[in-house]
Amino acid sequence: MLSFILKRLAIAVPTLLILVVLSFVLMYAAPGGPFNSDRPLPPQVLANIEAKYGLDQPFWKQIVDYVTNVVFHFDFGPSFQYEDRTVNDVIAQGFPVTLTYGFWSFVLAVVVGVSLGVAAAIRQNSWLDYLAVGVSIGAQVLPNFVMAPILLLIFTLWLGWLPGGGWNGGQWQYLIMPVIALSTSYMASIARITRSSMLEVLNSNFIRTARAKGLPGGRVIRKHALKPAMLPVISYLGPAFVGMITGSVIIDIFFSTGGIGVYFVNSAFNRDYSVIMGITILVGALTILFNLAVDVIYAWIDPKIRY
Amino acid sequence: MLLNIDNLRVTFDTPDGEVNAVNGVSFQLDQRETLAIVGESGSGKSQTAFAMMGLLARNGKASGQVNFDGTDLLKLSPRQLNKVRSDQIGMIFQDPMTSLNPYIRISDQMAEVLTLHKGMSKKDALRDSIRMLDAVKIPDAANRIRSYPHEFSGGMRQRIMIAMSLLCRPRLLIADEPTTALDVTVQAQIMQLLADIRDDFGTAIILITHDLGVVAGFCDRTLVLYGGQIMEDGPTDPTFADPTHPYTRGLLRAVPRLDRTDDELLTIAGEPPDMSRLPQGCPFSARCDYVRNVCPNIPPELRTFDGNRRRACHVSREEVTA
Repeated sequence: MLSFILKRLAIAVPTLLILVVLSFVLMYAAPGGPFNSDRPLPPQVLANIEAKYGLDQPFWKQIVDYVTNVVFHFDFGPSFQYEDRTVNDVIAQGFPVTLTYGFWSFVLAVVVGVSLGVAAAIRQNSWLDYLAVGVSIGAQVLPNFVMAPILLLIFTLWLGWLPGGGWNGGQWQYLIMPVIALSTSYMASIARITRSSMLEVLNSNFIRTARAKGLPGGRVIRKHALKPAMLPVISYLGPAFVGMITGSVIIDIFFSTGGIGVYFVNSAFNRDYSVIMGITILVGALTILFNLAVDVIYAWIDPKIRY
Repeated sequence: MLLNIDNLRVTFDTPDGEVNAVNGVSFQLDQRETLAIVGESGSGKSQTAFAMMGLLARNGKASGQVNFDGTDLLKLSPRQLNKVRSDQIGMIFQDPMTSLNPYIRISDQMAEVLTLHKGMSKKDALRDSIRMLDAVKIPDAANRIRSYPHEFSGGMRQRIMIAMSLLCRPRLLIADEPTTALDVTVQAQIMQLLADIRDDFGTAIILITHDLGVVAGFCDRTLVLYGGQIMEDGPTDPTFADPTHPYTRGLLRAVPRLDRTDDELLTIAGEPPDMSRLPQGCPFSARCDYVRNVCPNIPPELRTFDGNRRRACHVSREEVTA
């Protein structure tokens, strides 16, 4: 198992390198640059700025310098857009915010989604099942850019219970609405996957055996059905977790939370090459990491999987 | 009398209408008696067993009476029924490859039966489980009990299932096609094991099967089901030697024999009935060589003859056996 994990982490390095090169090429292939604006800069000024950021170097030199800095100094370079701030600063400021509301969204989505899915499966074709299915379809078709203003309308404008935006160090009042808005569609997917997978498991022969042994219903579910029913949910959760903790531009814009989601989108608009690269690598690394986590959990649940 | 089933009916609510899987089955079973329930697929033999144990699919409903030791199992609450399951009535299933939980160690799957029903400590339960695995001849049971089901062959898994079902020394063991999924040599071993269990533990056994070869020499009595109704039943030897129902005769004729060199396998013409559209009368009438006008319209009565045999047929015994 340990050698499997180490091997996968070793493979992650070339994977990330390929990611870096591809992103670099794509960025450069797109017309325009970070210092193009409506009012063109005088050529001499532009040349000076490009020299400062190393953009006058040949392409291969730029990419080699970039990779060297990332690998040996963990330095993702200066932001092209925010003066005096490095990409490390941008991520250090934005990522904790995103991580916080993303993590709580994940917890909420898993707890509610799994409970809803299991309850619906156990009481298949009852009002509870129809309610759970109805709610999850509703939550799934309600995009978060609709959800966010509805929440703001209700809790800030009408009821006046929650602040309409800001972060304030992640105080709970500021967390509630971003967490709800971000988690609903994930919650719905988790509930749906859990329900169908649980229904399948409950129809399997070994559950009939467990019932024939006289185990009480609750124990049949908890001890015999839950683990196998969670397998498809877990493979969904890996990428979903990365999606949540790397945030959402919608959340950051509607609730002014200041997470990396908004930086990522702005950097793409502004051709802030180094920020784009930094966040891409962050998301890439997290994706690799949590896919590995999914595989490890799979092996832990299913004894037939051994690495 | 250990078991007295009276007018058992099982229906399933399906999108295509109501399916009648078992239609008024009545039989009795004594302590230590061995009963075979035979019939082809869809004859209702497995559903009879599932209904007794409260294991019907969610859309299934059972009515009638299943008196086990004086209590009607169909009237018990889920909690009360759980006390009977495995403790009083053990059950083993057709497919040993999928009947054990692949995600849980054999030790946990077995021990939980004893901690639940007998209130044993984990340690004692494990010790008894190992002893039972020894009894069903699992080699190196003390170590192998820590394994997962996929680490055993099909025959071994069925042995484990049998051991698990016997942990509480149930008075009745229901074996639902225990050898169907196994190859022939392993089948013989499993049947020998069941015979040993019957002799050593004095367990009454209901053997559900479509393999008549398995029944002969093992079961005291044989009950032939078709379309969820009893066609014929009685002591195994006279029933096999002198079958009095056209369906039983057809079944016995269809058993392939090595001592004959016929090129063709004999079959019963036609197909098993559509259980949602059974005829008013005898369910076998559509395939019967002896069919009369009365057969599809009026259900034949299950009549006792020769003291302890029963048959449900409009055609006289003499005519069928002639």
